[in-house]
Amino acid sequence: MPGIELKNVTKTFGAATVIDNVSLSIRPHEFMVFLGPSGCGKSTLLRMIAGLESVDAGEIWIGDRRVDQLAPGERRVAMVFQHYALYPHMSVRENMSFGLRNVRLPDAEIEKRVDAAAKMLEITHLLDRKPGQISGGQRQRVAIGRAIVKEPHLFLFDEPLSNLDAALRVRTRLEIAQLHQRVDAAMIFVTHDQIEAMTLAHRIVVMNNRKIEQIGTPMEIYSRPATTFVASFVGTPAMNFSPVELSDGPNGFVSARLPDGAIVATRIDKASLPASQSFKLGIRAESLDICPAGQGETVGVAQFVERLGDRTLVYVKLADGATIVAEDAGNSRVAINDQVGVKFDGSEAHLFDDQDRGHHAVLDGSAT
Amino acid sequence: MSTAAGQLSDLGRTRVQPARAGAQQSRWSHMLYVAPFLFLYAALLVYPLFAGFWLSLHKADLFGGRRFVGFENFERLSNDQVFLGAVGNTFYFIVLTVPALAIIGLGLALALNRQTRTAAVLRGVFFSSSVLSVTIVTLLWKVVFAPEGGFLANLLEAFGRPPIAFLSSAELALPAIAITTIWWCIGLPMMLFLAALQQVPRELYEAAALDNAGRWKTLWHVTLPSIRRTFALVLIIEVVLQFQLFGQAYLMTQGGPNNASRPMVLFLFEVGFTRWDVGYAVAAGQILFGFIAIAAFAQYLVARRKEAF
Repeated sequence: MPGIELKNVTKTFGAATVIDNVSLSIRPHEFMVFLGPSGCGKSTLLRMIAGLESVDAGEIWIGDRRVDQLAPGERRVAMVFQHYALYPHMSVRENMSFGLRNVRLPDAEIEKRVDAAAKMLEITHLLDRKPGQISGGQRQRVAIGRAIVKEPHLFLFDEPLSNLDAALRVRTRLEIAQLHQRVDAAMIFVTHDQIEAMTLAHRIVVMNNRKIEQIGTPMEIYSRPATTFVASFVGTPAMNFSPVELSDGPNGFVSARLPDGAIVATRIDKASLPASQSFKLGIRAESLDICPAGQGETVGVAQFVERLGDRTLVYVKLADGATIVAEDAGNSRVAINDQVGVKFDGSEAHLFDDQDRGHHAVLDGSAT
Repeated sequence: MSTAAGQLSDLGRTRVQPARAGAQQSRWSHMLYVAPFLFLYAALLVYPLFAGFWLSLHKADLFGGRRFVGFENFERLSNDQVFLGAVGNTFYFIVLTVPALAIIGLGLALALNRQTRTAAVLRGVFFSSSVLSVTIVTLLWKVVFAPEGGFLANLLEAFGRPPIAFLSSAELALPAIAITTIWWCIGLPMMLFLAALQQVPRELYEAAALDNAGRWKTLWHVTLPSIRRTFALVLIIEVVLQFQLFGQAYLMTQGGPNNASRPMVLFLFEVGFTRWDVGYAVAAGQILFGFIAIAAFAQYLVARRKEAF
């Protein structure tokens, strides 16, 4: 089964560049997620792979076939659309078999594939109904079924869960993950939902502003964000950022001094840092623990407390007026206007240079 | 307990009654808002409808003479060869025009449903004939059909053929009027189809492209099923419109030759306004109304089937 290769792919609409020189390779059977905010170009990139948008420059390869000049139907890809795009006047069975009839597959083979897919998706009892007579979740399954029967090399999903309610979304997410185990094909899944991306992907492609920001496994994306954008887009609550001044710390690592005077000892190798004018410290709430005032690296006033059950998020206003989000236990007793200390886990701190590139703690064997 | 229950029901009664009275009162005041419309509707539509039917049961002229004759006018119509011919002509004309209007309109809409400047200009061009008055349209086409020096005559001459007198031929007069009408009326079906085509979700075409459907398969399996209600609507609107053929026939052939192009409306115009036999003309009008009502009812049935898919 082939992998997919994008080489310097560019797309423009008039004067506007919507995909800017993107290169990417997807391994056979890999589950790839394109993650990014609206308008970042992720759907356009997916549609270019499908053949629904032309490629202005660059090449797309599926296995050893160059496909970017082929018609969508000739690329051996199947797509599940955001709004399902089922043919409203055809029954579920006709919807699933339409593509197979068009390539003149024998009737017996069509029936076999449709029945097998319907059984897998538990929609056998719906085969004679029209899309208008079934629920949104069922339509989604039919759309997936229509993709499965083609036995494609590559499945493309364009925000397929965004029209489902919360409970159904979680269930369908799980089913798509199971589907990937069963079929012998790579998958590309476009979403703006970081939880979908983190839970489904082998690797995530984080896109912003027409470009790829980072490609990596979910944990790489989360623990070692390549840019400020990735660091702030992935993870809830968003990562805390603060301008810092660097100084030499122990063992060749750097220490960062926050505007309020607090000093955070990082595990970032000084030698690895570029000669940047300025640095920002980035640190997630889970690496900032609330402690009694005077015990941590700094101290501040709790402005707002969010109780999430298993943990509590505390918005702390520091002496310089900046607000950071720190974490406390689920049964935290912190109240608004309390004076609290904040303890930094410097080994989890990141530095971002003036080019917005991320620099991370030195890996030691078991670390990420 | 019982007293409490009694009190409760008393409470209920005293509360409910004023509310009901209030509702009654407000219902009447609501009526006031629709009264102007109802009055006009009754005066301008309902009353003339029944007055017309009542008139058709009379022997009447435009000078006030009027005598009740029951269904005599309808009996006369059923034996009137000119009227029966006019009914036949009207149906023949509908067969000539309506399918052509639907198919050509759809073809134009499919060809011009794109975002180019040329398409926009051509949409305007094809619609522009619809804004012309019937007088101009018939004048234009009389020039086209004229056997001496007409456009078609010249064309035939160029191929060495003798000219054809379209408008004075019993076989060709009505088809010639039909061609004129199609040219005049093509704008509306085209626009209705364009509007319908723009409602078809783009994703359906993309799904069809991924499903290896070629141009014809996409047209047949995606586009046409998606606009079939508009197709039915166009057919019915055009049937209702073309039943009322009058101006083109009146101005181009005066119903001739030998009544070969006389439609129903021309018949009742002549009976009513040149023979002054108003009751008879109105009776013919009632029959025309019946045909149109059947077509309109068919449209209602189609429009009601919203959830066809």
